[in-house]
Amino acid sequence: MKLVEIQKVSVQLGGNKVLLDVDLVVNSGEIITIVGPNGSGKSTLLRVIIGAISPTSGTIKKTDDLRIGYVPQRLHIDPTLPMTVNRFLKLPHRISTAEAVWALEQAGVSGLGEKQMSLLSGGQFQRVLLARALMGQPQILILDEATQGLDRPGAASFYQQIEDVRQRMGCAVLMVSHDLHVVMSASDRVICLNRHICCEGAPEYVASAPEYRALFGEGTQGALALYRHHHSHTHDHSAHGDS
Amino acid sequence: MLDDFMVRAALAGLGVAIATAPLGCFVIWRRMAYFGDATAHAAILGVAISLALSLPVFAGVLFVALFMALTITTLSGRGYAMDTLLGVMAHSALAFGLVAVSFLSGIRIDLMAYLFGDILAVTPRDLSVIWGGAVLVLILVRARWSALLTATLNPDLAYACGIDPKREQLYLTISLAVVVAVAIKVVGVLLIAAMLIIPAAAARPFSRTPETMVVIATVIGGISTYGGLHAAFYFDTPTGPTIVSVAAIIFALTAIFSASKR
Repeated sequence: MKLVEIQKVSVQLGGNKVLLDVDLVVNSGEIITIVGPNGSGKSTLLRVIIGAISPTSGTIKKTDDLRIGYVPQRLHIDPTLPMTVNRFLKLPHRISTAEAVWALEQAGVSGLGEKQMSLLSGGQFQRVLLARALMGQPQILILDEATQGLDRPGAASFYQQIEDVRQRMGCAVLMVSHDLHVVMSASDRVICLNRHICCEGAPEYVASAPEYRALFGEGTQGALALYRHHHSHTHDHSAHGDS
Repeated sequence: MLDDFMVRAALAGLGVAIATAPLGCFVIWRRMAYFGDATAHAAILGVAISLALSLPVFAGVLFVALFMALTITTLSGRGYAMDTLLGVMAHSALAFGLVAVSFLSGIRIDLMAYLFGDILAVTPRDLSVIWGGAVLVLILVRARWSALLTATLNPDLAYACGIDPKREQLYLTISLAVVVAVAIKVVGVLLIAAMLIIPAAAARPFSRTPETMVVIATVIGGISTYGGLHAAFYFDTPTGPTIVSVAAIIFALTAIFSASKR
C-alpha cells in the first residue's frame, strides 16, 4: 500500500532551489534511506512530508489519517523548561503510563521515565525521541539524521533498534543519513539525493552507481564493506545499550 | 468587602498573578523575556491613541498590543530572532508613543502612572476588567496547553503532530497582549513585566514538569502580591515596586537554594 506519494515536488527557499522535481513513493513496511551531501535537500524533503514546508510546485498524497512518527535531527530542550521523560512522551496527547512504559521498552530505554530530559546522555535522548515517535503506533517512522552526535557503535546500535522496531510493528521507515557506513545494507531502498534524485535502488546498486560515486567518490565502497563487518556484531551493541 | 481598598488591591494583584504565571512560564521557556517591556512601551502609544480618539485606555492599549503581537508573529522566523524583533518594537513603539503624546495639546499624561500604576486606586469596575481578562486568558491557555507546549519544545515536532506552531505562538502573544491591556491602568507596566518573569523564574528550581512550574509560579506570584501589599502598608512605600521587590527577594532565596543543592 502506498503511504506517501510525492510527484514532481520542487521547493524554493529564499530564492534557492532546494528540491527539483522529486518523485518518491513510500510503501508500507519498507525501509528507505535518503543519502546525499550537505545542502542536498534531505531534511527539506522530510519536512515537506511532515507538512512543515509547503512545496513550491508538485503534489503530495498521503493516505487518510496517516500516522507519522517523527524523530527530529536535533531537539534542544531549553534548560528553563522542566520536563521528565514520561511527561515528554505524553505530548501532545495524554496517554497512559503503561503506554509510556511500553514505548520506552520498544526503544530500548526502559526505566528512564522519571528522569529529567536534560540529564540524559546523547544515546538515551535519541532513544527517548524514538519512543515518543512510536507512541501513536505510527504507520511510518521518519528519522532526520537521528544518529547525529552518536559514535559509530552507538549509531549502529540505534539503527539495529530501528530494524527491530520495524520487524515488530511493521511500520515503514524513511530516514535521512550522511552516515553511509552504518545505514545502507539495512535499507530496502536507497535514494541518492542532490536537489534532484540522482539514483535509487537496492543498497548494492546505489553504491556502485556512477551518479553516487560522482557525489561521494570511490572511497565509500570500502566504507560499505567496513559496515558489513560491523553489522554482524551490532546485536552486541544493542544489548549493551549506549548510555 | 470590596469597599476596602486593600481587599480590592489584593484581588487585583491576585488576578494579575494568576494570569501571568502560566504566560510567564512560556515567556521564559521561549526566551521572550523582553516581551513585557516591549508591550509596555507600546502601551504608551496606545494611551496616546486612546486620548486622541477619546476611547477608553483599555481599548487603545489592547489595539496597539494586539498589533504588536501580530507583527512579531508574522516576522519571527523570517531572518529575525525574537529578541531582535521585540527590541525593535519596544523602542520604536515608545518613540512613536512619545511623538504622538506631543501632538495632544492641552492634555497632560502622567507617564509615570502608566509605568507604575496605582494598585491602591482600583475600582470595582477595574477589578471586573482584570478578572475578566485573567479568566479569558486562563481558558485559552488551558485549551491550548498541550499544543502550546509541543510547539515550544520543537516546531517540527509540532508539525508532525498536526499542530501549527505559528498559530500557537499567535495564541500566546494575543494572551500576553490581553493581560497587559487589562492590567496596565491599575498595576502599571513595571509590575506586569516583573510578574511575568520573576515568579516563573523563581519556580524553576522546584519544578520537575511544566505543570508544576506553573502551579508554583502562581503560588509565588500570590505570596508576592499579598506580602508586598502589606509591606507597603506597613513601611509606607510605593505599592507596585514593593510587590516586585518581594518577588525579587523570593527569587533570590530560591536561587540560593538551588545553588546550594548542587
